[in-house]
Amino acid sequence: MSSDLATIEAVPVTTAPGVFAKVSRNWSVRIGAAVLVFLVMIAIAAPWMGTVDPAVMDGAVMNVLPGVSGEFTLLDGHAIKHHFWMGTDSFGRDIWSRVLYGTRISLVVGLFVAVVSLFFGSLAGLCAGYLRWVDGILMRVMDGLMAIPGILLAIALVAAWGASLTTVIVAIAIPEIPRVTRLVRSLVLSIREEPYVEAAVALGTPTWKIMLRHILPNAIAPLIVQGTFTCGSAILLESILSFLGVGLPSEIPTWGNIMAEGRVQFNQFPHNVLFPGIFLALTVLAVNMLGDGLRDTLDPKFNKRGGVK
Amino acid sequence: MSPAGPQRDVRGGHAAVLDIVDLGVALPAGADRPFAVRNISLSVNAGEIVCLLGESGSGKSIIAQTVMGLLPSNVHATEGSARLLGDDVLRYTPEQLRAVRGVRMSMIFQEPMTALNPVMTCGEQVDEMLTQHTGLDNDARRQKILAIFGHVKLPEPERIYSSYPHQLSGGQRQRIMIAMALILEPALLIADEPTTALDVTTQAEILRLIRQLQREKQTAVLFITHDMGVVAEIADRVVVLQLGKLVEQGSKLDVLQSPRQAYTKMLLDAVPSLDPPETVAAAASSEAPVLAVRGLCKTYISRNWYGRLREVEAVRDVDLAVDRGETVGIVGESGSGKSTVARCIVRLVDPTAGEIEILGKPMHGQSMASLKPLRKKVQIVFQDPYRSLNPRQTIGNAIVEGPMNFGTSREAAMKRAESLMDLVRLSAATLKRYPSEFSGGQRQRICIARALAMDPELLICDEAVSALDVSVAAQILDLLAEIQQRLHLALLFITHDLRVAAQICDRVIVMERGVIVEQGLTHDVFTQPQQPYTRALLAAAPGRQFAFGHKQGPRLAGATL
Repeated sequence: MSSDLATIEAVPVTTAPGVFAKVSRNWSVRIGAAVLVFLVMIAIAAPWMGTVDPAVMDGAVMNVLPGVSGEFTLLDGHAIKHHFWMGTDSFGRDIWSRVLYGTRISLVVGLFVAVVSLFFGSLAGLCAGYLRWVDGILMRVMDGLMAIPGILLAIALVAAWGASLTTVIVAIAIPEIPRVTRLVRSLVLSIREEPYVEAAVALGTPTWKIMLRHILPNAIAPLIVQGTFTCGSAILLESILSFLGVGLPSEIPTWGNIMAEGRVQFNQFPHNVLFPGIFLALTVLAVNMLGDGLRDTLDPKFNKRGGVK
Repeated sequence: MSPAGPQRDVRGGHAAVLDIVDLGVALPAGADRPFAVRNISLSVNAGEIVCLLGESGSGKSIIAQTVMGLLPSNVHATEGSARLLGDDVLRYTPEQLRAVRGVRMSMIFQEPMTALNPVMTCGEQVDEMLTQHTGLDNDARRQKILAIFGHVKLPEPERIYSSYPHQLSGGQRQRIMIAMALILEPALLIADEPTTALDVTTQAEILRLIRQLQREKQTAVLFITHDMGVVAEIADRVVVLQLGKLVEQGSKLDVLQSPRQAYTKMLLDAVPSLDPPETVAAAASSEAPVLAVRGLCKTYISRNWYGRLREVEAVRDVDLAVDRGETVGIVGESGSGKSTVARCIVRLVDPTAGEIEILGKPMHGQSMASLKPLRKKVQIVFQDPYRSLNPRQTIGNAIVEGPMNFGTSREAAMKRAESLMDLVRLSAATLKRYPSEFSGGQRQRICIARALAMDPELLICDEAVSALDVSVAAQILDLLAEIQQRLHLALLFITHDLRVAAQICDRVIVMERGVIVEQGLTHDVFTQPQQPYTRALLAAAPGRQFAFGHKQGPRLAGATL
């Protein structure tokens, strides 16, 4: 023990590659994100992409096939030249316009459901995982919620509150909360045993600060991954609700609504179902690819501490 | 020597069983260095134990993985050759490798629990080896397995055969691994830190077993370790590695007693001596002790699903006291309850019974709220530097967190953090960085700074240097000693490493299964142990006949080799 104390290296030894750099190298993330950015741009730019008011019906142009040019009569009786990229439905509404505006609904529903369920799920999960006395009660409530099929619960909630964007978001988010709660609780249960949490206890850090400063930030990566998957399933669930006629009112252009109206005439005019279906599939696929890629790069199980032993 | 075909006969001759020439293993782009190891040449002869000695990051495990063909998919041997009985294993196809693994070469790992399949009985796992590589029938295989279980001194081979890994102790699991590795009598055995996860007494038994089996079968053994004591116990020859380069190789005596390279000398000097310095009993101070523990008990009670209670007495009737400026060590093997004592004192767990007083104020029976002012007085440094710091918090924020909990302003706390960084010899400019940018030793310094930021009266070090390389551990021990002198702290040092205890502690307490078996001045306990358990612990300490680098050692002359 005769080492020279003055010669100790004080320079950091490693510079780990940034999380962002690692994530952005993943092809699954790249493709998923690119498709999503494209969809967001479409949703924002919908009014300037050769669309008309998606709710207007023109009896003169019912069941027009995709790719046909013609005239479209607006609400004020004004007729304009219009190219029907995706044709029209049996009420004479432009499907191109409805699909593009429907992108807005789907993305908003996906995003907000993810945010709402992550927020409340994390809150409940943190409490259940760290405060042992609420664990029993809280988790039995969550078990109860999970026992009801998500779609059934959502239908019941929308029926009870009346259909609007807010109620649909809340109704889809509530069945997702128990899943997030369970995830966060299990993460908290392992993180709370980490020595740095014990060190914080020994430093006299208040419990709420330990939860927010030491536990939550270390659970964030799996949460983001869970959030993307929640987003994808919320988009799908919203379409299902609309398709079943228990979601948003049928005059609001959602992909589910468009498909529901096209269902009857699917044999003669498959484009009514096809185009919103393609968009829906593409969106959910993109979100899930993003989620897969994020899991591969962020999840500690896939990302062990490297280096030479 | 023909290039192919089984060559068991070469063992009799002088040909090397394993002959590595100019081996280079490239790392993928973005790693901390281009080659994990490079220009490595070494050979292992039949009936010889060669120790690969190096600190973490030296690439010693990479060499083992290269020979076994177990390298990660993005790491490849790019240079040189590794000849096993004359054949270059680097040129083997996966099928050829599979055919020779277990038959001509086999490996035992550090952590026997993870190396064994938890859902298969031990017997079945060894049986798999035999079905794979031999044509023996059921009965013959079973007989062979029971025989080797007996040979590696497992009690009741029949029972062990049908036991699952979790039903056995760590030492028994390692014996299973050894049985599995040696059942087909391979020419080469690679042992990758096989005793690092074991207690000293178990370690001594396993080392003796490997030595004995190796002598019987004339097996060539490549033994990987970071522990100088283990090298002294078991090696015939030693190869010293540093950051992927071969520093020195030679016979055990040459390397351990007259090392030629500065790095080897530094490593040897860093090993704490088992001879504690002569200390005189401090004059009984009139001051109340900083820490006084009386009759501490901790019982863990768990209830299984049909309601039957299961009680585990982790700690029973522990009395101890630590004075200001004194270092008291608690030594013991795993399960001795030494960490539980520490956690009770810091009140990370609630003691079942007993009194804990800090500066005369009771720490027991307090609610969490009334405990808060006392928390300031007791701080703890944990074993694993990689888990002791929140990865999402800058080290500056980690150090100021404690003082700010007690009302210090951020500015004042930061100022103090800077001076503390100076004290633990890290640059204050690094306060804004995250833990991932620091090495293990540096992180442990940060943990010490974080604890000192509270101005504690008592600092508890729970195996604080066990996870560190010897050279780094020596620096941390020096740092702790210096800080203690400067701040006149009371230090409670919990360790399983007798060498560390010998060097740093004024008094030691020996614990076994939750009870104190012996305590006294370090010098007295180490030179005249009163209890059989203490004697067994001291006897099991590896390399005790060597006085590495410490020239004072009279033991050197009498070293039995």
